[in-house]
Amino acid sequence: MTFAVAVPQSHHAHGSRLANREPLWVRWTLISIALLFLLGFLLMPLAVVFSQAFSKGWSVYASALLEPNALAAVRLTLLVASISVPLNVVFGLCASWSIAKFEFKGKSLLITLIDLPFSVSPVVAGLIYVLMFGLQGWFGGWLSEHNIKLIFAVPGIVMATIFVTFPFVARELIPLMQAQGTEEEEAAIVLGASGWQTFWRVTLPNIKWGLLYGVILSNARAMGEFGAVSVVSGHIRGLTNTIPLHVEILYNEYNSAAAFAVASLLALLALVTLALKSFLEWRLQTSVSQQDDS
Amino acid sequence: MSLLQKHSVLPGFNLTLGFTLLYLSLIVLIPLSATFVKTTSLGWSGFWQVITTPRVLASYKLTFSAALLGAAINTVFGLIVAWVLVRYEFFGKKIIDAIVDLPFALPTAVAGISLATIYSQKGWIGQLFAPMGIKIAYTPLGVVIALTFIGLPFVVRTVQPVLEEFEVELEEAAASLGASRLQTFLKVIFPAIWPALLTGFALAFARAVGEYGSVIFIAGNIPMVSEITPLLIITKLEQYDYAGATALATSMLIVSFILLLAINVLQWWGQNRHSKR
Repeated sequence: MTFAVAVPQSHHAHGSRLANREPLWVRWTLISIALLFLLGFLLMPLAVVFSQAFSKGWSVYASALLEPNALAAVRLTLLVASISVPLNVVFGLCASWSIAKFEFKGKSLLITLIDLPFSVSPVVAGLIYVLMFGLQGWFGGWLSEHNIKLIFAVPGIVMATIFVTFPFVARELIPLMQAQGTEEEEAAIVLGASGWQTFWRVTLPNIKWGLLYGVILSNARAMGEFGAVSVVSGHIRGLTNTIPLHVEILYNEYNSAAAFAVASLLALLALVTLALKSFLEWRLQTSVSQQDDS
Repeated sequence: MSLLQKHSVLPGFNLTLGFTLLYLSLIVLIPLSATFVKTTSLGWSGFWQVITTPRVLASYKLTFSAALLGAAINTVFGLIVAWVLVRYEFFGKKIIDAIVDLPFALPTAVAGISLATIYSQKGWIGQLFAPMGIKIAYTPLGVVIALTFIGLPFVVRTVQPVLEEFEVELEEAAASLGASRLQTFLKVIFPAIWPALLTGFALAFARAVGEYGSVIFIAGNIPMVSEITPLLIITKLEQYDYAGATALATSMLIVSFILLLAINVLQWWGQNRHSKR
């Protein structure tokens, strides 16, 4: 739904045939409407981040980023992403291997369930963990008896992040591995390779670009998640604030230049993500069309 | 498990499927069902009481109407953007194509504070409307703006591949039979992209209904006026009203599941129509 890997399509020579062309004024009107819409809704928000971030000069910008609470937020965000993304990679590989390489009943239900977190509101995603592990939750009594704190602490943030990034890797790999079929792996096994060897030497090279695509997208979401993390974080400065939560606090304190300075880090992350995503889409298209040719 | 599986020489089925089901249950299924179980402790009348208080009803009304409006705006402009990207050549097209996904990549909190700044009365766009007495930020109009932003890529990305695959020969046939360009679009092209357009609309709507981060900064969050349902969940949670928060969350989950079902049906419909071609 959200991020389908661009499957290569045959490109018709659109526009080159005069019979199918709109009059020039129609074309330019449509292009202008599209560009104005995107300018207003996409480029302006991006531009305002940087213009506000530097509105009080470089020194304010730098000190907003180097302040201890900001650095703690950056560290926490990196920590959360470095736990949740690898876990979802392992899950994505397992799910796509079992779904793409084998036939079993209930497969389409399983795929739908894997997609489920995308349709759940981020706030609800955070709430469900509070109801499980919070003081009022199912395991709340047991956890507090044993002095374990999951909610309003780092583990809760990690769980909520895993939930909201849950489908990304799997939903990229499942269609890719389904399209590639099982012949290459079967040949490797018949020739005496072990399961691990087959995976490392045959499957992984075939899916590496799709895997990286899923990793990039889930990393962007993991570092930028706000709603779900906000519910489970407890907003303890220097301890349980991720970068987006730190931005919120600064903004609500009317410290707009500092808020946008920290936000500019996330905007840069988004731009890098988009650039890598375009590059990987291009790689995926060329690698699949090479396979089609051979 | 292995009884269900057809014979295959490939190893690892039990291990990978077992881990998949375990992880899915621990992260998604058990926590989600905990919410439903917790709701049943309220009882039907308790549940109904929570989700029909005037403040909650006002939040539903705002959330759904703003999401609907945002998705509708995106359907119109998303179709134009997809059309322009597939059919025309112009300077900077590749970059424009890549930037369409910005709402997916830009963290919602960043989008929220940027939009609030742009549409506030002193902001780049807000100051254009202020003399006319129109306030955008901190009103329901601001909610629509934020929900339009976060739903923007969906229609473009569902319609674009269908337009790319559309056979130009059909248009040529229509043209040679004497159809005008507008007639060709309405009677030949539009029916082909209609399922994709509807799917994109439903995806944008579903995303908008649950959205939180980009909305709360621009909404003003005035109870009964500009307070969205996800925010009300957080408010109840901060007041330690766990039962109330859970009831609201359950009502939203039910809506999400219905939308998910509708989207799956739409996608299935679109694919089936496509394969008949």
